Amino acid sequence: MKLLTHNMLTSNIIKGVSKGFPLKIVASKVEEKEVDFVPEFTARMIPKIDWPALRQAAADLGKPDNLPENVVEKYEENEEFLKKTHHVLMELEVLEGELICPETGRKFPVSNGIPNMLLREDEV
Amino acid sequence: MDGFFPQMACGRGMKLKELESHLGDVDVFEKPKVLLEQYPTTPHLADEDALEMCRQNADFFDIENIDLELHDVTSMAPEVIERLKGTVDTVVMNPPFGTKRNEGIDMEFVKTALHLTDNVVYSLHKSSTREHIEKKAEDWGVKMEVLAKMRFDLKQTLKFHKKKSLDIEVDFIKFSHKKSKLKPQNKV
Repeated sequence: MKLLTHNMLTSNIIKGVSKGFPLKIVASKVEEKEVDFVPEFTARMIPKIDWPALRQAAADLGKPDNLPENVVEKYEENEEFLKKTHHVLMELEVLEGELICPETGRKFPVSNGIPNMLLREDEV
Repeated sequence: MDGFFPQMACGRGMKLKELESHLGDVDVFEKPKVLLEQYPTTPHLADEDALEMCRQNADFFDIENIDLELHDVTSMAPEVIERLKGTVDTVVMNPPFGTKRNEGIDMEFVKTALHLTDNVVYSLHKSSTREHIEKKAEDWGVKMEVLAKMRFDLKQTLKFHKKKSLDIEVDFIKFSHKKSKLKPQNKV
């Protein structure tokens, strides 16, 4: 599970949860994998990202990684910023761990890099 | 079940022969033989197997900008996936066709897909339901175009299937929002 994916996951499929975002990451196995940097792709993802949630996720993995507090102005032209963002979004893989709902504490497992968001029947 | 495919900014179109050649190398998902036994497999297990096969194929093709997620699409009502609204450029899917107990499930998938993207959804549906789909598209205010009509040959997989195989006619359909928010050069 890349942090780009994590940034899109919410737990408000659970009855009674209003926002369910962001999910806290408790990871037991994380891998750093090199992924080709495509600046146009990173630039197009930035408007879709919840930036504070991304920074928090990086911190959850023990990698505060010098992401600035806010998205910089004219980020499309700032290659250094895009590279840092690319690294956090695409090159950190959570292979094993749990995603925790901020409102209920319900844990969603991540196994083999796949977050499992399926609910039990009594939770739907 | 869901796969998340970030868009690749490579800008090169692919020839049909090239695509056919690649597709020939993709491993087909084989439903576990356990389905022919007395006890049913759980949906969780079937899905996880499918995702594992997808992961193996992605590794084989050295595709690194792909991520896999396991969801119940029927739990993804618009208000639930507010975070994801319009985040996706293109949805490509092969939804379940539905059975007597599950009618209309394919259109539930289309509805969710149309919420995820501001642009276009490619999907497969039984040709016999074409009129029904045209009407739904009209109700929802989206464009619907049948791009191709095909024949699937489904092999017997479940114990209660009477025939060894079944030919089913399928429409390959493109649904699109009437006002695309993408710039022309990014449109699929």
